[in-house]
Amino acid sequence: MNNNMTDFDWKPLALVPLLALIVAPFIGSGSTWLTLTVAGLAMGMIIFIIASGLTLVFGLMDVLNFGHGVFIALGAFVATSVLGSMADYTNSDSLVDNMLAVLPAMVIAMMVAGAVGLAFERFIVRPVYGNHLKQILITMGGMIIGEEMIKVIWGPLQIPLPLPQAMRGSIFIGDAAIEKYRLIAVVVGVAVFAVLWWVLARTKVGLLIRAGVQDREMVESLGYRIKRLFIGVFVVGSALAGLGGVMWGLYQQSVVPQMGAQVNVLIFIVIIIGGLGSTTGALIGALLVGLMANYTGFLVPKAALFSNIALMMAILLWRPQGVYALSK
Amino acid sequence: MNENILTLTGVHTHIGAYHILHGVDLAVPRGKLTMLLGRNGAGKTTTLRTIMGLWRASQGVIHFNGNDITKLATPQIAQLNVAYVPENMGIFADLTVKENMLLAARWAKNAGQIDQARLQWIFTLFPAVEKFWNHPAGKLSGGQKQMLAVARAIVEPRELLIVDEPSKGLAPAIINNMIDAFAQLKQSGVSILLVEQNINLAKRLGDAVAVMDNGRIVHTGSMAELAQDEEMQHALLGLAI
Repeated sequence: MNNNMTDFDWKPLALVPLLALIVAPFIGSGSTWLTLTVAGLAMGMIIFIIASGLTLVFGLMDVLNFGHGVFIALGAFVATSVLGSMADYTNSDSLVDNMLAVLPAMVIAMMVAGAVGLAFERFIVRPVYGNHLKQILITMGGMIIGEEMIKVIWGPLQIPLPLPQAMRGSIFIGDAAIEKYRLIAVVVGVAVFAVLWWVLARTKVGLLIRAGVQDREMVESLGYRIKRLFIGVFVVGSALAGLGGVMWGLYQQSVVPQMGAQVNVLIFIVIIIGGLGSTTGALIGALLVGLMANYTGFLVPKAALFSNIALMMAILLWRPQGVYALSK
Repeated sequence: MNENILTLTGVHTHIGAYHILHGVDLAVPRGKLTMLLGRNGAGKTTTLRTIMGLWRASQGVIHFNGNDITKLATPQIAQLNVAYVPENMGIFADLTVKENMLLAARWAKNAGQIDQARLQWIFTLFPAVEKFWNHPAGKLSGGQKQMLAVARAIVEPRELLIVDEPSKGLAPAIINNMIDAFAQLKQSGVSILLVEQNINLAKRLGDAVAVMDNGRIVHTGSMAELAQDEEMQHALLGLAI
């Protein structure tokens, strides 16, 4: 988050349109390219919502939270309960009625994920500050326990999470079919980024977070209790993962207890590409990963899984600390 | 009011398996500038970090204004109006100069709420801070960063200013600026504890002096006395001032 636009490094931002333009000739059809691009941007925005909190947690306290995925699954499962109990609203043809169901589902999912995040930080993360190996082991263990708890509450089977009536279907731009929900995902993602940007760039709390990511000892020496700040960021990060879980569940139209672990790999690729601790970097990383997954899924389906790893390797060869490495 | 603003009594500090401070006894007089001298590895930086609570004293007591601060957390110590400038300056390189200053002004929500009269006084002490106000701090030169580090430490009135080697790696002209700034700060009544290897700076600024060796204070007295006694300088520091 750099206020001084003349000093802003635009090159990483240019990667997103560059990738879209490079693959266009290989796809051939303009309408297919547009459909894939919007799908990729939507997927990227959802991944960004999930990854934004994780990158700040790592940047601020040097904590590797491999259990972040459990908040995604938790948010998605809470949404199945909330939306399931509001069938009258989700089955309505009115977008307003649909939103009256989806918005409470998002808010409740965020609250539940945030509350569980608070307990997760207190009992799982706090005892292992400063020890990466223990952090990896215990947060992965925490995720396994979280998954099992989800199975206890909602059962082990896949649960459908159908899109509300008015969010289904596509709009057409020429021959290109753009799913409505993907546009909604892009709008929500942009809104989350805008709020995060405003908080980080324009408020004192945001200033403290950005400073803490660079040198938390100095922030403490200036008289601020950075541990409280970290707990706040952890809770907000967990809540955003919960929101991302709702979005992802609706994107996939079904949820499974293991969905967090499945998305975990993508979010770690995103925050590594972005530069640990950088939210702008996480946005670029997420958009690149979303686009790459959709393009390769269409062009070379067998390489889809590998493509994002290859993307990360290419970016790290260019910028070993990620696209927006922070000064530490 | 206590004559000494800060006292350390029998302070020991361990860092991992290493025993760094071996019973430091130090008194910083109120309103004076105390130089903490000593060879590399004598324990000067560890002493400052222990005072700030960045490393914990394993034994001994630290009093500030007569209150025991030994077990306080770093933010609590800073909130007692103690400012610390570490050896690496602790500048937030990705933030602007303005944002660095705003962070240190704890009660200001934006730059407009910083005490403007005090800010103008700081600008006269360190013109580079005003000149590069909206620039990223990481792009400043070493001397400008050091000025920003000290300016940041005094953006609000402090009772005690703790500075670790402010002249390290700076050009002589900039060191002279720094000396003028510390002289003005001293006149404003703030107590200062300064770790320094630059003997010229120590001689020109110091009121009191404490010399460390092997994790202990081996000499205390007035700076003027030490500056005049070459034998003592050789014995304590291995050089003549």
